[in-house]
Amino acid sequence: MTSEATMPSALVLPKRRWRVSFGWLALYLNVVLAFVFLYAPIVVMSIFSFNASRQMQVWMGFTLDWYVRMLHDERVRIAAQNSLIVALVSTLVSTVIGTLAAMALERTRFRVKRLYEGAMYLPIIVPEIVMAIALLVFFNLAFTWLDRLFGLQLNFGLGTITIAHIAFSFPFVAVVVRARLADFDRTLEQAAQDLGATDWQTFRYITLPLLMPGIIAGALLAFTLSIDDFVITFFNAGVGSTTLPLEIYGRVRRGITPDVNALSTVMLLASIVLVLGSLLLQRRRTA
Amino acid sequence: MVVAERVRPDQQILKWRERIVEVIRQREGLRALLLAGPGGLWLLLFFLLPIAIVFAYSFAHRGPYGTVAWAFTIENYTRFFDWLYIRVFLVSVWLALLSTIICLVIGYPFAYVIARAPRRWRNALLVLVLIPFWTNFLVRTYAIMLLLRADGLINNALLWLGVIERPLPMLFTPFAVVLGLVYGYLPFMILPIYASIEKFDFTLVEAAQDLGANTWHVFWRVLLPLTLPGVLAGSILVFIPSVGAFVTPDLLGGGKVVMIANLINQQFLTVRHWPFGSAVSFVLMAIVLAATMLYFRLGEGRRV
Repeated sequence: MTSEATMPSALVLPKRRWRVSFGWLALYLNVVLAFVFLYAPIVVMSIFSFNASRQMQVWMGFTLDWYVRMLHDERVRIAAQNSLIVALVSTLVSTVIGTLAAMALERTRFRVKRLYEGAMYLPIIVPEIVMAIALLVFFNLAFTWLDRLFGLQLNFGLGTITIAHIAFSFPFVAVVVRARLADFDRTLEQAAQDLGATDWQTFRYITLPLLMPGIIAGALLAFTLSIDDFVITFFNAGVGSTTLPLEIYGRVRRGITPDVNALSTVMLLASIVLVLGSLLLQRRRTA
Repeated sequence: MVVAERVRPDQQILKWRERIVEVIRQREGLRALLLAGPGGLWLLLFFLLPIAIVFAYSFAHRGPYGTVAWAFTIENYTRFFDWLYIRVFLVSVWLALLSTIICLVIGYPFAYVIARAPRRWRNALLVLVLIPFWTNFLVRTYAIMLLLRADGLINNALLWLGVIERPLPMLFTPFAVVLGLVYGYLPFMILPIYASIEKFDFTLVEAAQDLGANTWHVFWRVLLPLTLPGVLAGSILVFIPSVGAFVTPDLLGGGKVVMIANLINQQFLTVRHWPFGSAVSFVLMAIVLAATMLYFRLGEGRRV
């Protein structure tokens, strides 16, 4: 009995709130420290983006100079523009073919289905660096042959980046949409057909709207994957097709300056807004 | 049926659409082809074919000026058994394992607290875990660099406190790389463990305690075995991207900590020995495959 009374019991919730056991204290401490660990780097980075000093070790007063400078920076503008173009096109294409693939996997039977399914998961598992160099090698070879056979002069650029992004994004869309399709109530479609709806009407007014939250979630995922990607973009970019992550990488490599902090902080805020926005959107849809 | 009046063009279009949909509906093979086709084609052309080319390259010779000469050899793979490259391999696996273990040690109790928190707090806590995670990976790695630099915040604080006399070299060390990997992939560990603890039936804990088990027994004999699927899933999700990490060792290791991905990068972009780079890529794929198979093996054994 006595040993049980002194033993820190972390696994049962304390019966009385004010007698928090040693075990729970340790657990709470772990949570607090983990949150400090997760947030300290990005918070420090954001704070120092307002630092007036060029040397970053000391705080020299508040300034918005780095942000103003960034707004007038032509390279940043072009990089942001490139990132957006690639992300929009890649999201559009991967959402469409990903949704179609999900329908194929969930709604039809065909001979090589297991193989198709397996191949679909491969881009998710294969290390990024391997996919990056595989595409580099492929485009290099394809461009050589297109030039040799048809005299077609193609080069690495936004096109190759977009194709690569679609290749790694659409399986994610397919997975998300497929999950939605799997717990889809098919009696709704049958009911529509019983009431005289044509196939097209059933798809347009029943299937598609019910699938929409999954498709939107998939599209958001594809957009985030594209805009965040560094490794695959790095190996498949050409002259003048620098995206935001590539621009940041280049600057970090050249030496750390506060303008990188400002750019990074803007990207940080953008992703927070995007995530919270999509969460709110989903909540409203399910409510 | 007799069509009495002339059909308006837009109705004609509607009719045709219905007809096409009807044909697609009746023939499942055609439907499957139309649905699976675009994705399949993309996968074949821009994923499977490129991987196949890399595989073929890994058995080729290096030609003059960094080109690829087609003559079969396994030299690229035997070359890997040089101590220089074995070391890279061992360092990668070791750092990835270390990161996985640290993520587990931090992540398990963390997930436990979230799963036991009042219901209305849980989602908020999960979102708090995910916010840094959704931030660009490069930005996060850069943020770690800022903290670890010789004139970074940590060194300044330690100097000011008088703990150290000279700045500690933290950046460009294995420590920095592991820190970066844990920072990058910790949520991958927390989420699956959270999911399995949330499903765990806590009356089992009471039952065990009624039968005289103490806290440690309850943890080792009841809670941990029953939440092991989450632990395994989290471990594989952290290990796989860690062992193939490129940005983290590149920026935080600064060329002093070389992992497999850095070796591949170097062979492709600097040395331009594409066949050897291809072989190293396939070694990396083999490691990932082995880890995945181990995961399924362990998972199957558990699911009794």
